[in-house]
Amino acid sequence: MAQEELQLHEGLEATCWELLQQVTDPEIPVISMVEMGMIHKVRVEADVVHVEVLPTFVGCPALEIMKKNITEKLVEVEGINQVQVAFVYDPAWTSDRIALDARDKLKSFGIAPPPLDFKQGDTWEVACPYCDSPYTKMENLFGPAACRSILYCRHCKNPFEALKPIY
Amino acid sequence: MGDILHVETVEVAKQNPAFAKALTDLLFQLADDDFILAYRGSEWLGLAPHIEEDVAFSSMSQDMMGHAVMFYEMLEQLGVGKADDLAQLREVKAFSNAILVERKNGDGEYNDHPHYDWAYAIVRSYVYGLYKQVRLEALAQSSYAPLALVSRKMMTEHRYHLMHWQVWLKQLANSTPDARQRLEAAIAKVWKDAGELPHLGPNQVDIVQFGLIAEEEQLKQKWLTLTKDIFEKAGLEWQGEPGVPQERGRHGEHTADLVQALATLSEVYRIDPAAGW
Repeated sequence: MAQEELQLHEGLEATCWELLQQVTDPEIPVISMVEMGMIHKVRVEADVVHVEVLPTFVGCPALEIMKKNITEKLVEVEGINQVQVAFVYDPAWTSDRIALDARDKLKSFGIAPPPLDFKQGDTWEVACPYCDSPYTKMENLFGPAACRSILYCRHCKNPFEALKPIY
Repeated sequence: MGDILHVETVEVAKQNPAFAKALTDLLFQLADDDFILAYRGSEWLGLAPHIEEDVAFSSMSQDMMGHAVMFYEMLEQLGVGKADDLAQLREVKAFSNAILVERKNGDGEYNDHPHYDWAYAIVRSYVYGLYKQVRLEALAQSSYAPLALVSRKMMTEHRYHLMHWQVWLKQLANSTPDARQRLEAAIAKVWKDAGELPHLGPNQVDIVQFGLIAEEEQLKQKWLTLTKDIFEKAGLEWQGEPGVPQERGRHGEHTADLVQALATLSEVYRIDPAAGW
């Protein structure tokens, strides 16, 4: 491939990454799919961009919506005529992939971020995203989305959600 | 078989017809088990004992349905047919799920006096879930790389299902005499069918020889050891060797319950299979 062409592709890929910052998981609109650690690869070949996405949950019903949103966003880029989105499982998405600075945004949305470096056998202790109190109670391991649980803060008396550790 | 087989892609799998056939047979068992039990789970919608449980059971059924979709899509990639068609349009005798997962939730119909059995839902989901855990661990070592990858991913979700059913089992086992009695009756009922779960069907020799999954006896012993430990810790009497139903689900033999389930779940799809969803 000619040097110029390579540079053009790299430029297009950088533009795509930037635009993907604007695509969110519809069930967690406060952080982007890039910050969620769900975008694995962006590769441009001729006028086609291939995006590899790591699903958080295999049966997440929001996946098709995300695919559509990615396609709509990237097809606008000059020089791109086609968007190919593929869901891949290597590497597997884990909750440690969420960007560190995005964890605070989750809290501002009322979602406690998952514990870092969680291992089999660890106890999942969740601090309240509003008041930081550790005095919380699990109400339901399963919440409004597959990736979340419902908890209650006994200190500030707010219900909240928490992202499950996926490891 | 000498060397350990390792098949990286679907294209390579398709080059060996015997391997592709064994893989197809196994994938149908995996897909049909999750699909039919997820369907039975969906029939609890609005009927679970309380609203939190309604959310939890729906969420778990959705995960399982997602796993089934994944297996059907792997079949589609092998050229077996369109994933939606495989789920919705096959004849009853083409299904290879275990009989345990097709049994009705209890007396009545979803829309007509559903007097469902909650203890049966707990025990069936948990016993199946424990087998599924052992099966996923074995599949994580599968010679078919795409299957090993998704199995590892499914385990990260499945562990939460096991945690949930563990809470129910423990609580009911240590609750009122009525709860305890219903739980024991449900265990006895599940145990009559459970022995079929590890069966790998008519093509089991190839399935095992190609390294797709561990052999039946190994899966069975691991699962029984795990289940026995959990039952004993909950103070429940161990039932010993599990029974097998009269029909052999892995061979395409099924009960009227599956006929009813398939007729209901595919009713809308059959009206217009070309429609987009």
